[in-house]
Amino acid sequence: MRSPALYYLERPRLFDSLSDRLSGVFDKLRGRGALTELDVRAAMREVRIALLEADVALPVVKTFIDDVTTRAIGHEVIRSVTPGQQVVKIVSDALVEMLGSEAVELNLGVTPPAVIMLVGLQGSGKTTTCAKIAKRLAEKQGKKVLMASLDVARPAAQEQLRILGEQTKVATLPIVPGQQPVEIAIRARQAAKLQGFDVLMLDTAGRLHVDDALMGEMQAVAREGAPNEILLVVDALTGQDAVNVATAFGSQVALTGVVLTRLDGDARGGAALSMRSVTGKPIKFAGTGEKLDALEAFDPQRVAGRILGMGDVVGLVERAAEVFEQEAAEKMAAKMAKGQFDMEDLRTQLGQMKKMGGLGAIANMIPGVAQAKKAMANGQVDDRILGRMEAVICSMTPKERGKPEIITAKRRIRIAKGAGTTVQEVNKVLKMHQEMAGAMKKLRKMGGMKGMAAMLGKMGGGPGMGGGGGMPDIQKMLGSGGMPPGFDKFKR
Amino acid sequence: MSDWLTKLRTGLSRSSEKLGAGLGFVAATRLDDARLDQIEEALIGADLGVAVAGRVTTRLREERFGRDIDDAGVRAAVATEIAATLAPVAKPLAVTVFPRPQVILVVGVNGSGKTTTIAKLAHRFVEQDYTVMLAAGDTFRAAATAQLKIWGERAGVEVIAGPEGGDAAGLAFNAFEAARAKGTDVLIIDTAGRLQNKAGLMDELAKVRRVLKKLSITAPHDTVLVLDATTGQNALNQVEVFRDIAGVTGLVMTKLDGTARGGVLVAAAERFGLPIHAIGVGEGMGDLRSFDAAEFASALAGVPAKMNN
Repeated sequence: MRSPALYYLERPRLFDSLSDRLSGVFDKLRGRGALTELDVRAAMREVRIALLEADVALPVVKTFIDDVTTRAIGHEVIRSVTPGQQVVKIVSDALVEMLGSEAVELNLGVTPPAVIMLVGLQGSGKTTTCAKIAKRLAEKQGKKVLMASLDVARPAAQEQLRILGEQTKVATLPIVPGQQPVEIAIRARQAAKLQGFDVLMLDTAGRLHVDDALMGEMQAVAREGAPNEILLVVDALTGQDAVNVATAFGSQVALTGVVLTRLDGDARGGAALSMRSVTGKPIKFAGTGEKLDALEAFDPQRVAGRILGMGDVVGLVERAAEVFEQEAAEKMAAKMAKGQFDMEDLRTQLGQMKKMGGLGAIANMIPGVAQAKKAMANGQVDDRILGRMEAVICSMTPKERGKPEIITAKRRIRIAKGAGTTVQEVNKVLKMHQEMAGAMKKLRKMGGMKGMAAMLGKMGGGPGMGGGGGMPDIQKMLGSGGMPPGFDKFKR
Repeated sequence: MSDWLTKLRTGLSRSSEKLGAGLGFVAATRLDDARLDQIEEALIGADLGVAVAGRVTTRLREERFGRDIDDAGVRAAVATEIAATLAPVAKPLAVTVFPRPQVILVVGVNGSGKTTTIAKLAHRFVEQDYTVMLAAGDTFRAAATAQLKIWGERAGVEVIAGPEGGDAAGLAFNAFEAARAKGTDVLIIDTAGRLQNKAGLMDELAKVRRVLKKLSITAPHDTVLVLDATTGQNALNQVEVFRDIAGVTGLVMTKLDGTARGGVLVAAAERFGLPIHAIGVGEGMGDLRSFDAAEFASALAGVPAKMNN
């Protein structure tokens, strides 16, 4: 059996393989001076296969390909100076359209309580999503939220929501055994009104869209609960059945949006691409992990950017902002402003990197670091390195961490023993620290954090969908191997 | 017709309705490119995936291109192709291990239906007069233990549980010892759902296996991966990673009572050849069926059910 850690890095993440396939097609198109209609059609066949393999729903794919082909074989395109580029742009634009162009938030601007009802198949992740949304509304928007489970079908489902309520410090409606979903909805509404809750979350039982009795019950709950939002919870791993599910639920209740769960998986994300077209409703949230704060507002532009190989820099920065403890970040910023960077800082950084989901997750969000990803995939760099490096740093005395230049050969031997590793490894860490400190100085010259933000701004604002990602500066900083500074030392 | 059979039929026929609608030729007409394209699309729509759908269609083309064939004939031909792939992997989960207990570890991604499948398996073994014990190894999800306990009561089997957030491997070990001491025939161990690309969580599964092996080197005797029929091509990634890290020995597919057709099983059979044990066709304890290749293939291709089955 193989090392699980290696798997973690080798496995493609969501959208990765779709992204790879598309960029392959795009490269071919761009590389050509002239294009015939046949060339375009051949490229479109490849796009079609890429989309289908990514589990995008067949009807959606067909419409998409027809539409794009018609636009792409228009005379202006083929006769233009850069026909390949033009076709790429048409496909890219159509993908963005498919995802919907703007992020849409929950509509809570009603006389309280605003009622949010969650519906979906069994196992799509409704209960967890319910708790995540409630937590988000309570913590980020200061709402007073009440959750009620209407799931009387699955054993212990109500109990599950109660426990999640405790964990997220969100109130849950007391469980009355034997009460039926419609009654619970009515009781929840009354309780929310009387106790002055801003938002009421109704978590319903999972049901198959072909189960008439349960679909009828869902409609009754929707009548009595009078929700402002009915969100369809869909697993991002869903295959072709996504169309049937979305259509069926949409025809029974007035959906207002979609929540995609398990976007932290390695699915190719077809459901994400199909949902908007099939339901006509925006994807409002994406579930990105098992922890109860792993819920993100769904930004179609960013997702499109990731599929089209532009990386998700905004996501990376946000993630970093969330993970970095404020204090540590401020300390580091102050030190960096002075161009200082000691071993403690390196350790903090390693810790932060781990929290952000490891090297793989970070590399994934940075545009144009395909090289780094490939290096990891080849097993040259893996997340365990982070742990090993931490061990080395932990084996240093505080004095050594503050002033690494005092680390003599003798000290290196001691540190290596303490960390259970070799002197070579210790040297690598020291070298890496040196390079990072160097990079920090460079960064400072470029204008510090502000400079970084400016670069990110440039990147996000540009229209260059076909450009394949900018940010040469960061790439330069990442060093020759396309990896974070110093990581190339750890190639096996 | 017994109750579960009706359920399966309605479930699977619903699954295949779409495929039927996709084809829909009443009279015998020539099998040409347009028809083959339609068949291929219908198969893609059933989650067989582009490659497998292409291969099935190619074989059809080689055998019958240009011949007259009606709708039923096309379906039957498609069913035959698919059944040929599936037949070698149809193997029910049997209690054969000595000394007892036979340890069955049940794994899968979140929400695929592990706990419900365990309840169904327990029910089935009890009906076959085996003694069964369950281990509530999902110590992560809120109320997962409570859920399994309720199922245990309904099936009339003992459930070994630990504290929430406890160590799943330790619990598995204790359950194994308890089952051995009691002379239980079958021990089924539930695990927390996990996505296959989470290294830490997959490591945990590997640990559960290691710990079980301390008591018996052959345990777990079966490691069953539960796949959700609504899952698309990602099911293949799931099979691959769970097989490599958790040592999966067989598959169960759940939620075939909806409109999902689970065609990805065909691709999985082609690629991995792992046994397919059973399919889930409902929420009740009796809604588990042994996997029958011909029946599944017919349902996938929309061949009307034979009544004498």
